[in-house]
Amino acid sequence: MNGTHERKINRVLTVVFSLLCLAYVAPIFLVFLNSLKKNIFISREPFRWLTELNFNGLDNYIYATQKIKFFSSIGNSVIITVLSVILILVCCSMCAWYISRVRDRLSNVMYYLCIFSMVVPFQMVMFSLSKTADSLKLNTPWLIPVIYLGFGAGLAVFMFCGFVKSIPLEIEEAAMIDGCNPLQTFFHVVLPIMKPTYISVAILETMWIWNDYLLPYLVLDLKRYKTIPIVIQYLRGGYGKTDMGGIMACMVLAIIPIILFYLICQKHIIKGVIAGAVKG
Amino acid sequence: MAHSIRKYFPIFALPTMAAFCIGFLWPFLQGVYLSFCEFTTVTDAIFVGFKNYIKVWGDATFLHAFWYTALFTVVSVLAINILAFLVALLLTRGIRGTNLFRTVFFMPNLIGGIVLGYIWQLIFNGVLLHWGRTLTYSTWYGFWGLAILMCWQQVGYMMIIYIAGLQGVPEELKEAARMDGATSRQTLFKVTIPMVMPSITICTFLSVTNSFKLFDQNLSLTAGAPSNMSELLALNIYNTFYGRVGWQGVGQAKAVIFFLLVVVIALLQLRFTRSKEVQQ
Repeated sequence: MNGTHERKINRVLTVVFSLLCLAYVAPIFLVFLNSLKKNIFISREPFRWLTELNFNGLDNYIYATQKIKFFSSIGNSVIITVLSVILILVCCSMCAWYISRVRDRLSNVMYYLCIFSMVVPFQMVMFSLSKTADSLKLNTPWLIPVIYLGFGAGLAVFMFCGFVKSIPLEIEEAAMIDGCNPLQTFFHVVLPIMKPTYISVAILETMWIWNDYLLPYLVLDLKRYKTIPIVIQYLRGGYGKTDMGGIMACMVLAIIPIILFYLICQKHIIKGVIAGAVKG
Repeated sequence: MAHSIRKYFPIFALPTMAAFCIGFLWPFLQGVYLSFCEFTTVTDAIFVGFKNYIKVWGDATFLHAFWYTALFTVVSVLAINILAFLVALLLTRGIRGTNLFRTVFFMPNLIGGIVLGYIWQLIFNGVLLHWGRTLTYSTWYGFWGLAILMCWQQVGYMMIIYIAGLQGVPEELKEAARMDGATSRQTLFKVTIPMVMPSITICTFLSVTNSFKLFDQNLSLTAGAPSNMSELLALNIYNTFYGRVGWQGVGQAKAVIFFLLVVVIALLQLRFTRSKEVQQ
């Protein structure tokens, strides 16, 4: 193959991929476009550009923020995601270190149970889980992280264990000989070494919990707390006439924080996905 | 060292283990038990043996959902992996704009299933409007709609993993093949693909389990319409639980069968692709 030929192909590919990228963002743009339209025009002509007739200004957004109180559900989603991820990171990394360093029967059982839990579909446990959570009063955004810790422990413990195995034992032994107790050893020695794994696990768990629909839907006290996916499903799946404009506005408001988050932490997210895949 | 760490069991391992029992282990065991019971809540369960399982066999919607899910899994796994691998191959040639393309293709992954479903519902219904139909007109509209949606969401994720795999293939190997007179097609099939087999294993595993366990997208895109004919297994189980009074036991039995299916498929798939991997 000669170089000019190759270069020509690459230039064509750049153009093709640019077009593909435009097509890829089009659905998101379409939602944004429709969020500015009046209700009846959304389902009747979703692909039509804005005109004087169908333009609705920011009314849909005002409706979404005032009537649906969309911001309170964003708040709930933030509380649940942040608390759950922190809890998972702290508890699972400590547990994984314990499992890897204390190799007794209990650790082994725990390790294999964690792997096992990763393949179990949620439908298998959903009924009992929602009843258990109810009876333990874990149905608020402040306590649902306990459930997430339990159900998300599998992946997190597994990933942390994979990393702990690669830490040389000598470093920890040296710390212990210098008089650190296990807690100090963990927080001063092990934790800093594991930083990349913390980021990977945090990314994977955030992507899961932020978008999770069924678990909070079944566990949370829905009269008082709703998360973003629950509100959107409520609006659409509701009875009678659905308010398309409100839904479009809510979806845009739901997508914007995600895209911002993605653009800021893009590098970490992609690294996290790769790390998760290699360990999986 | 293990000895002194063991003394700290309550701090290191207990929180995770306790949450694991509440959030996974207990609901799982109770779920297995309840599949042999007739119940409406956890407290009024009466043991009935295999009655629920027999009822599952007589349930035509479940059998339909099973074949529908199996077919959907095959189609979406093939489409996602072939497309993702192709894009990854083209994006590792060093063409201009590679980073931007990668960023864009990955983005839909961060949007939750519920929102994705409604975005595509808007698009599909808008297109089908030309023929005066909607997405719920036939079983197969929902099927292909869901397959397109899954491709849009997952190709980027798998592409990231494939790119990482492709970048790990040593340049010398491909160079050596070229020197020996291999065509670019031969290099691809005899060198590159065997070398990225671990990535293929992971990606097929992830896409098989994702498609098989799919729930959110199914719920929001068609919700099973027309008359439960576009229901995947997960949604079928959910509807049995919460849509039919007195069928909770059958729902739980379905969930157990579903769980066993997931385990069997995951194991078979891992074994199949692992056997194709080469030692590096």
